[in-house]
Amino acid sequence: MSGTVIEVRDVVKTFGEFRALNAVSMGVAAGEKIVVCGPSGSGKSTLIRCINRLETHDAGRIEVEGIELTDKTADQARREVGMVFQQFNLFPHLTVLRNLTLGPMRVRGLSQADAEARAMEYLGRVRIPEQAEKFPSQLSGGQQQRVAIARALCMEPRIMLFDEPTSALDPEMIAEVLDVMVELAQSGMTMIVVTHEMGFAKRVADRMVFMDKGEIVETAPPEEFFSAPETERCQKFLQQILGH
Amino acid sequence: MAVRQDDIARRARWVGTVLVLALLGGCSANWGWYVVDPTKASGQTNLLFLIGGLKYTILLSVVSILISVLIGLLIALAGLSANRFLRGVNRVYVEFVRAIPLLVLILWVYYGLPELVGLNLGVFWAGVIALAVGDSAFQAEIFRAGIQSVGRGQLEAARSISLSYWDTMRYIVLPQAIRRILPALGNQFVYVLKMSSLVSVIGMQELTRRANELVVTEYRALEIYSVLVLEYLVLILIVSAGVRRLERRMRADERE
Repeated sequence: MSGTVIEVRDVVKTFGEFRALNAVSMGVAAGEKIVVCGPSGSGKSTLIRCINRLETHDAGRIEVEGIELTDKTADQARREVGMVFQQFNLFPHLTVLRNLTLGPMRVRGLSQADAEARAMEYLGRVRIPEQAEKFPSQLSGGQQQRVAIARALCMEPRIMLFDEPTSALDPEMIAEVLDVMVELAQSGMTMIVVTHEMGFAKRVADRMVFMDKGEIVETAPPEEFFSAPETERCQKFLQQILGH
Repeated sequence: MAVRQDDIARRARWVGTVLVLALLGGCSANWGWYVVDPTKASGQTNLLFLIGGLKYTILLSVVSILISVLIGLLIALAGLSANRFLRGVNRVYVEFVRAIPLLVLILWVYYGLPELVGLNLGVFWAGVIALAVGDSAFQAEIFRAGIQSVGRGQLEAARSISLSYWDTMRYIVLPQAIRRILPALGNQFVYVLKMSSLVSVIGMQELTRRANELVVTEYRALEIYSVLVLEYLVLILIVSAGVRRLERRMRADERE
């Protein structure tokens, strides 16, 4: 229990006939940074979506901060978990500032002044405080994703989940988002990041997790993972994404 | 396209002018325009009587539409619920209410319902209930489509910051849905305004009832009903313009 913030035990998730997660087990320690990679359809997104209970698992158990996820406890557990989506999912009808203050005001009960002060602090941290009054559609993709990160941080979560945060971005905007994520990692946040950005993984990951066909195939510190992958599937995958 | 619209507008103006001239010509001939002639004392009295129905028509429509939107929204939310019983409520309500002709509903609520509940509703509230319920089934379908058009990602984002169901609806889903269904809601408002004329059958003193009563005493159907047509026309043109303005304003700050 000591230091373990997420415990995933034999989790199964199926979509109809398709077995997206096949008895997956994983533990995450406080402050640990885990990068999950694998071919598309391998279940990596499903795994972190289950941890945030955007999907409900069919079997096994998931504990977040010692609370087992059920329909009843999901809301409570989710308050400790922030999520960043591939498609940003900002609220298009609200200004950037309002995107950031809504959760703290409605869920955490902050006053508007406190929520705005907090929002400006995090917008500063993702380096776009000057965009506070704009609408999401007026920002570039990279800026939108940084707003989405700030929105999650405004809830002051203890764990951050990233679901392919740079996959929908133009290449020149990927760095600005990754920089923010590196800083966040250095601040000691517990993070699970689904990504194919292997440069980022080498810099921040404490542990690499390789998934394929709904299973965790390989887990290793990044030095070992990149220099000497054990399984053939993992070797092949790494060749494909690092090969050119 | 633009040229063609200009063309239609010019033709419409031309037809309108001819119509007005024909009507004015009618005034001078032996038609009965004196009954609504604003320059004559009796005509003035009649006109004021007819126009006096306006406040009932408006009140009836506005109260009905407000209640109808509320019921419609709740029924729509029931239809989108994960709960099978609530979805059943939605299906039964929509199918059942949609199947009743509005006139029949008005008669049933005014003459039938009091016997059932032992409570005498006035004509106004009987009218409001019938109009609101009759319209709410359509509102429910409109809201359901609007709410479904808001992407799944929005719901997931709201959930990821722990917003409650009602907060998610209020701050995230409905504001986006309403922008999209505004034209349909405007249509429904016009529909209710027109259908409020049916409440005349139970004696509500709105526009149509007053016109009917005046025709009975004055025997000038063409002239009086023409005024009635104009009253509805003006009312509905104002509502349409209002809805269009609202749409423009909402589109201006959507910036999607």
